[in-house]
Amino acid sequence: MATHAHAEHLEHHGPPAPHFSSRVTPGVLGMFLFIASEIMLFGSFFSAYFFVRVVNGTPWPTPPFELPVFVAFVNTCILVTSSFTMHWSLQSIKRGNVWGLRAGLLLTFLMGLTFLVTQGREYSRVGFAPKDGAFATIFYCLTGLHGAHVFVGLSILLFMTIRAFRGHFSPDHHHGVEIGGIYWHFVDVMWIVVYMTVYIL
Amino acid sequence: MRNPLRSEAEAFRFLVVVIVGALVIVGAAYINTWVGVAAAAIVVGGVAWWLLRAPSGEPPAPRLASATPEGMHRILVVANETVGGRRLREEVTRRAQARGQTEILVVAPALNSPVRHWVSDEDTARAAAAERVRTSVAGLAETGLVVRGDVGDGEPLQAIEDALRTFGADEIVISTHPEGRSHWLEQGLVDEARERFAVPITHVVVDLEAEREEVR
Repeated sequence: MATHAHAEHLEHHGPPAPHFSSRVTPGVLGMFLFIASEIMLFGSFFSAYFFVRVVNGTPWPTPPFELPVFVAFVNTCILVTSSFTMHWSLQSIKRGNVWGLRAGLLLTFLMGLTFLVTQGREYSRVGFAPKDGAFATIFYCLTGLHGAHVFVGLSILLFMTIRAFRGHFSPDHHHGVEIGGIYWHFVDVMWIVVYMTVYIL
Repeated sequence: MRNPLRSEAEAFRFLVVVIVGALVIVGAAYINTWVGVAAAAIVVGGVAWWLLRAPSGEPPAPRLASATPEGMHRILVVANETVGGRRLREEVTRRAQARGQTEILVVAPALNSPVRHWVSDEDTARAAAAERVRTSVAGLAETGLVVRGDVGDGEPLQAIEDALRTFGADEIVISTHPEGRSHWLEQGLVDEARERFAVPITHVVVDLEAEREEVR
């Protein structure tokens, strides 16, 4: 008679042992939690926007203020283009083109920086402050929240670019670029939604 | 479901979809506000459908067959609360004794609540399943059978698949509560398992309440 009830399962202490068939990996779970938190964060500001503009009927933009739509459009083009260079940089390193990676990351960083600087200039020239009514508050909150995300993305890009010039990435090892790229595209998607709702519609 | 942030390429594709959707909405809104609203509803619905649609390249679930060495008969027993039931023990013993040299693996899936599953809080579920397995293995071993136990994945089909990969089996015995009281039967577990695995499957119904009544 041989009985082999697995003792390691029955006498388990501490964190659960990794189970090979578990389909919710920590990475995926972390990404889902991140997306959920971002949806809640941006969702709260978009809810405020909806109530101010649709439910309350506040004119958008509230006279006598005007939004610099054209400057924001140029800024949008810059940010969207930066996503393309980001994608190009990752495709380059996958094919072993290190200089393509470096050029792509550098261009992405510079375009992101241009976006942020232009947004700062826009703030200084727009002619209203967050205290000037609900419209102004929501405008600064939504664009400022996105700007904060761009700042985080730029910090990540800076490290990625430095690492790229130091030769840390190769066709087989470029996970750092992959993760940074995902974040950068996410920031871009959020800006398109913000730009469309705040400036265009 | 497609995860738009699974990889940089997926995220980039999602970005392109959002850009095209935004252009459609803005263009429609310039024609007329309500056309814009309709376009927005269509675009959002379309993007939701694109995200929910499973990627077409996903391979179908494997149809696993037995991998038992010659001269050996292996029985995989999958059960949860009914794992210690007398009816199950009798059925497994009868099948094993009819086959000669037999090995039995008892697997109890670590059933968990969805919230606990998502936050990887499996300790309690695995401990409870381990306790049930221990009782069942002890009961079967008393009859002189070669038997061991293990705790499986929270999803019974996945637990069976895992066991087939590591243990192999010539037949599977799935034990459930009677109809009306069994979540597994409600979910169509037995039928799905028969469709998915190329191994004979026997369904044993264990009425624990009736067995307790008999003991009294």
